[in-house]
Amino acid sequence: MIKAILIFNNHGKPRLSKFYEHYSEDTEQQIIRETFHLVSKRDENVCNFLEGGMLIGGSDYKLIYRHYATLYFVFCVDSSESELGILDLIQVFVETLDKCFENVCELDLIFHVDKVHNILAEMVMGGMVLETNMNEIIMQVDAQNKMEKSETFIFQSTRQDR
Amino acid sequence: MSKILKTHPKSVQSHKDLILQCLDDKDESIRLRALDLLYGMVSKKNLMEIVKKLMLHVDKAEGTTYRDELLTKIIDICSQSNYQYITNFEWYISILVELTRLEGTRHGHLIASQMLDVAIRVKAIRAFAVAQMATLLDNAHLLTGNMQRNGICEVSYAAAWICGEFSEHLENPMQTLEAMLRPKVATLPGHIQAVYVQNAAKLFATVLKSQEGNTDSTAAQETSQLMIERLPLFVQSANLEVQERASCILQLVKYIQKLQQKDVEVAEEVSALFAGELNPVAPKAQKKVPVPEGLDLDAWINEPPSESESEDEQPKAIFTKEETKHSRPRHIEVDEKELARRREARKQEQANNPFYIKASPSSQKVYQDTPGVEHIPVVQIDLSVPLKVPGLPMSDQYVKLEEERRQKERAEKKKKEKKKRKEKRSGRGKKHDSGPESEEDITPAHMVDIVTEEMPENALPSDDDDKDPNDPHKALDIDLDKPLADSEKLPVRSHRAVEAAKSPGEDGDAETVATQQPKKKSGKDKRDDKKKDKDKERKKSKDEKKKKKHKHEEKEEDLLRGEVHEPVVQSEGISQVAELPTSTSAEVSDLDFWLSNAPVPSNTQEAATVAAAEAPVAEVVSGAAQDSEPDEPKDTEMEETKSSKHKKKKQKKEKEEKEKKKKKRHHHHHRHSDGGGEESVQNGTVEEEEPLPSMSNYCLLAENSYIKMVYDIQGNLQDGSQVVVSVIFENKCDSFLKSMEFNVLDSLNSKLQRPEGSGPHDGLTVPFQLPPGVSNEARFVFTVQSIVMPQKLKGTLTFIVKNEESSTHEKLDFKLHFTCTSYLITTPCYSDAYAKLLESGDLKGSSLKLEGVNMPFHHLLARICFHHHFSVVERIDSCSSMYSRSIQGHHVCLLVKSSGQTVSIDAKCDEPTMLGNVLDEIKQTFSQC
Repeated sequence: MIKAILIFNNHGKPRLSKFYEHYSEDTEQQIIRETFHLVSKRDENVCNFLEGGMLIGGSDYKLIYRHYATLYFVFCVDSSESELGILDLIQVFVETLDKCFENVCELDLIFHVDKVHNILAEMVMGGMVLETNMNEIIMQVDAQNKMEKSETFIFQSTRQDR
Repeated sequence: MSKILKTHPKSVQSHKDLILQCLDDKDESIRLRALDLLYGMVSKKNLMEIVKKLMLHVDKAEGTTYRDELLTKIIDICSQSNYQYITNFEWYISILVELTRLEGTRHGHLIASQMLDVAIRVKAIRAFAVAQMATLLDNAHLLTGNMQRNGICEVSYAAAWICGEFSEHLENPMQTLEAMLRPKVATLPGHIQAVYVQNAAKLFATVLKSQEGNTDSTAAQETSQLMIERLPLFVQSANLEVQERASCILQLVKYIQKLQQKDVEVAEEVSALFAGELNPVAPKAQKKVPVPEGLDLDAWINEPPSESESEDEQPKAIFTKEETKHSRPRHIEVDEKELARRREARKQEQANNPFYIKASPSSQKVYQDTPGVEHIPVVQIDLSVPLKVPGLPMSDQYVKLEEERRQKERAEKKKKEKKKRKEKRSGRGKKHDSGPESEEDITPAHMVDIVTEEMPENALPSDDDDKDPNDPHKALDIDLDKPLADSEKLPVRSHRAVEAAKSPGEDGDAETVATQQPKKKSGKDKRDDKKKDKDKERKKSKDEKKKKKHKHEEKEEDLLRGEVHEPVVQSEGISQVAELPTSTSAEVSDLDFWLSNAPVPSNTQEAATVAAAEAPVAEVVSGAAQDSEPDEPKDTEMEETKSSKHKKKKQKKEKEEKEKKKKKRHHHHHRHSDGGGEESVQNGTVEEEEPLPSMSNYCLLAENSYIKMVYDIQGNLQDGSQVVVSVIFENKCDSFLKSMEFNVLDSLNSKLQRPEGSGPHDGLTVPFQLPPGVSNEARFVFTVQSIVMPQKLKGTLTFIVKNEESSTHEKLDFKLHFTCTSYLITTPCYSDAYAKLLESGDLKGSSLKLEGVNMPFHHLLARICFHHHFSVVERIDSCSSMYSRSIQGHHVCLLVKSSGQTVSIDAKCDEPTMLGNVLDEIKQTFSQC
């Protein structure tokens, strides 16, 4: 099971965090900080898997991370998940983001939090991986965007009517 | 692999070399994994080899966390399964001693407990251990550097205890005694001092004994004297326990001294104080203590104070030597008849007993103070367990096995002895014997052990833990072929020799390892260098870019971006002005002067608004000096006071200037005036007749041959419904302009605020006259209701042109354009707040694409900031988030991304109509360039 998904930049600034288990907000912040310290000091060429920090549950949990340009994508999973599977999932996630927001950049994660969460929800639900097919995910997200647009359209037209 | 290890250790062991290699990996998690695996791979043969390797790693490991991890692993590996893999305890002790030399480890306590454990349980090693500990004590100052709790100084705790307890093995007890009483000891933590004091007393006893053997009584008296001199130091200790022990012992020694002076033989009696052996207590021992009669475990705890007292004490196994003596006879009395009853009781106890002591032998504290023994509630009873327990009904299968094995062992003439310490509650007044033990006291040739024999029938399966009675040490001495336990297959000495022979090879390994180390380091260095280089490059590139850009980046990097924003712009202005190739250098320098003053004071938004109020003055100035115009409006607005106004008025504006800046700042409405090609050379936009003050975007309002009006609109932060229109009037003709009247046709939404009493169609008189060539600024306040739509207001300016001969009435029509942008106020925003805002989900999104924009990204940002009153929240490469707020509190967020010539702007705002209009305006801005 996936315990948490954390995205932060090279400076440790959290860009997105999704916890599938309950933690208090403080603990969440600490977890992010701890994870950043664990991950950031690692070289580019070392293994992408490592043991989780104490806060997230110690060595029973694994951190699987990938480093893209300015962002670290870190998935914290328990021992039942396959590392390589998760690594691939990160890749899928990032590619999906890139398709949804052309030329994706870390600020997109902030600016389109809602969409990013939607995409994530298409892929992972309650800590379980739902979908790994990028096309499928994009299709769903597109459909959702369309719906949103039509909604705003209706909204605007009603306003104009008034 | 670690999973396999649990079930099939053999198959993992074949990969030993690989795993050892993994220890050299630079990836920390791999090393930790390898360590985990090592744990399971250890056998008697390779233990020393592996630990030696680990020790090498410990020496060169950089991170303290990793080093601590290594240390605990070493100890774990060695001590696993009750030391079953250790063939040579001398070696182990020396490993422990070596480990104490590590700097800054947090596991001093662990090492200490290992030392105690080994020294107590392995009798054969005591002499060696004591010798080592004595050296440690002598060098204690090396250890005391690290005072943090659990630091390495814990080791001296163990050292002192071992030396004291097994003082008979000391070669030079006198020297050790002195070492223990050094004044420096007083800096150690209290619990360690306490042990020091106590053990000093033990040593003292030993010393006395040896000295009384001699005929020379003065030596003994000197020793007492030494004690009496040094002990007061501890009596003054802040730690209560130290104090108590020290004062007791001090009095004792004084008494002894008295006796000595009378030539009484005291040594025997003194050493009798500390006679008796301390033995390890099995973790489960407490469980086996029968419930004393009259103690109802179900009863409420606090009824008798004594009970709670005893409970408090229990966690520490408390031993009293004297007690031991007393109790022994007593417990002999305990009859076996009671056993049955006790078993019953035990059942109940196991179900109910909350005081399940897990104390391991090492954690025991020794209380040996004689006084008040009776009041010490917990008594340690030293019981040795018979190897054969006759007639004991054992239901536990395991126990039977154990016993059989033991019998065999016996048959093989192994001496084995199990000792057991039982803790009892004496609080009840009666001391009870733990059930099944028989009372034989066994001779001390025995090994370590925790006894299991007396497992009650209902013993938990977990009791297996207790069982492992095999003494590895025994194995050392004797070759056993015991069928049952691996632990008993013991390596013969030859093994050790072999291992020793191997060691050179290891050394070789070590060397290679060592050489690898520097490489690693250099690799790191390189990396660092790279980083630095990158940074440098970045900086360089920044530098190369125009100063503007540079500033911008700084701006962005700055956390206080928003606030800093304005000053930065200003300073840019300065630098640019400096660069400007204006013909009138004099003017420029003048400007520089002004500008240089400018940046200092104005930082905050407030300053900006305040300044805005004063802008008119500044405006005039800027009008006069064309160069300054673009730059100054801001600067001046913020900082200059009215005093400057007069000065400036005199100056005239005339020239055009090239300015990149201008583009940024003023061009909002340039189309009217300059039609501004902004990139290239631009005219001072404001130079035309009437530059209008406001934030700084002055655009042409209207112009004829007499007068030119430029205006800017600015929101009023304090009042959500007001905007201030600043109009700069410039006289273009040779005549005097006077009686100017400014009038606007109000709409439903926007109204000009007129003085009270005037009708809704009356004009406002402009409060000044304009001599030829002069410009001045006037400000008009408008009330606006809805700010979501842009609107235009028609207005008229009437004035009288007066020259020598005549005066004519003239009139100029204009259209005031209230853009949505003009309702926005540059507001700083922290990225956290920004993220929260976006997260809230209240905002409606919209987006915009601009093609063919070819200006550097920072220019683009600067423009948006300048013309549309946004501030940059964060910028990453060619992507930036921006924020602004309207006077009525609408949030507007932008995400600007550029790739090549395409700029995409995603925008969010809680008011979609307004957002659309703002985006349109932004689009228009960029379509002009």
